[in-house]
Amino acid sequence: MELAETAFVIDRRDNVATALSALTPGKVRLTGEPTQPEATVIQEIPDGHKLALRDIAAGEDIIKYGVVIGRATQNIPAGSWVHLHCMCSLVDERSSHLDVETGVPQDTVYE
Amino acid sequence: MNKEGMQMALEEAVWQGYGRGDGSVGIRNKVLVVYTVECAHFVAEQIVRQSGDSETELIGFSGCTDNQYAVRLLLALVRHPNVGAVLAVGLGCEYTQPQRLAEAAQQSGRPARWFFIQDMGGTAASIAHGVDCVRWLRAQLQDTPRIPMRLRDLVVGAECGGSDYTSGLAGNVAVGRFYDVLTAQGGTAVFEEIVEAVGLRGLLAERAANEQARQEITRTYDKAMAYCQSVRQYSISPGNFMGGLSTIEEKSMGAVVKSGTAPIQGVIKVGQRPSHGGLWLLDTTPDPHWMQFGITNPNDNEGLMALAAAGCHVTILVTGRGNVVGSAVAPVIKVTGNSRTFHRLQDDMDFDAGPVLTGAETPAALGLRLADTVLAVAGGRPTRAEVLGHREYCIPYKYQDKTAGAIPRCEQER
Repeated sequence: MELAETAFVIDRRDNVATALSALTPGKVRLTGEPTQPEATVIQEIPDGHKLALRDIAAGEDIIKYGVVIGRATQNIPAGSWVHLHCMCSLVDERSSHLDVETGVPQDTVYE
Repeated sequence: MNKEGMQMALEEAVWQGYGRGDGSVGIRNKVLVVYTVECAHFVAEQIVRQSGDSETELIGFSGCTDNQYAVRLLLALVRHPNVGAVLAVGLGCEYTQPQRLAEAAQQSGRPARWFFIQDMGGTAASIAHGVDCVRWLRAQLQDTPRIPMRLRDLVVGAECGGSDYTSGLAGNVAVGRFYDVLTAQGGTAVFEEIVEAVGLRGLLAERAANEQARQEITRTYDKAMAYCQSVRQYSISPGNFMGGLSTIEEKSMGAVVKSGTAPIQGVIKVGQRPSHGGLWLLDTTPDPHWMQFGITNPNDNEGLMALAAAGCHVTILVTGRGNVVGSAVAPVIKVTGNSRTFHRLQDDMDFDAGPVLTGAETPAALGLRLADTVLAVAGGRPTRAEVLGHREYCIPYKYQDKTAGAIPRCEQER
């Protein structure tokens, strides 16, 4: 059966995939360089955002393009949304102070 | 046509370029009008408009006080392969000298004229005289020799702007695959945005063609990181986060994909040209000066201008969200990896890299298709930005050393 919802895996070493449209819980097709033909999504994932391809423990590297793009700040179950709420940059201290939905900084005071 | 057939066709593709007195060959035959202070901007703009010549273009520097970086940029642009002739227009009391720009153009075998608005008797007389100058310069270009060009003769630049998640997955993949084809044929490829290579020091250093290139790359990287740390800001915006990019490292890898896989020959600074074919990194980051860095890249057009100043015949702007700009001097091919953006902004976009995301096209085929587009533009087909009349430019104040990967003075003395 052809699955309508698709996520893209760039490198076989990656532990995250990129949603090519908004994903809803259930099975999605994987394109690019996946090690498996499909994955199971367990929560809603916005268009262009990442989903965990396997369980990722707090403190583990997040890998995309075959390189480290950040670190897990909490345990991330397979199929869940991977973004600012559960991962951080290794260099950019501001990225953990941004609104998870809009990316708007929360560390700037408007008074 | 199969992949081998397309590769052969690319190798054999020949078009007629425009030969210059200094031996360079361009893909366009432009008259460039340059103003040397904001006070001369209006007159210069009217000269371009009233000349009624679509291949006459405007650039200029707005500051009255001159700046070595800006002057280097102006000189590189008046001597660009796509530029056949130059008119420099000054007000008459600024630091930057139009006469010196015209002389530099002449010494590189390009007909050139210059004047001051104050000497000419004001706005109306200057516009009338300037239009006469442009017509005379255009007439000098009637007999420009046509020289055969191939892919190996091309210098191509690339940057991204208005990125979304597709840029790293598709748009930059197309450029990277094309760059591999271009450099394999002996052509020259330039990429920039070292501030969007965060976390990739080792990966870039490993790709250095030799020890000197490795040192230039690592020092340029270290400077960019020191810059980002000192201003406590990385090249990533709320829109990028909203679009799904979680860290600057993630955005960086998506950006560096556009460099392909070829060895990096070295680092060039703004206004310098690669000394030979292959892949080069253009450093546009300010150098530390008087204990500070100054202003970084203000917008996409500044980057495109820096690529043109590196002698790029044509530039590629990868834009997931959809930027609409073009550029003076070097035509801009706009590539998007987002098929929705391609259809929404179809009058502005030149290339849809989206099919690689659905698996409808392989990355290799995507790169060859982009090569085909670049060859068509090099052969004279106008880009979407050229059709629409986009001729943006940006020449800012900045401080930069001429030496790539220079050791900061404070460290030399230590």
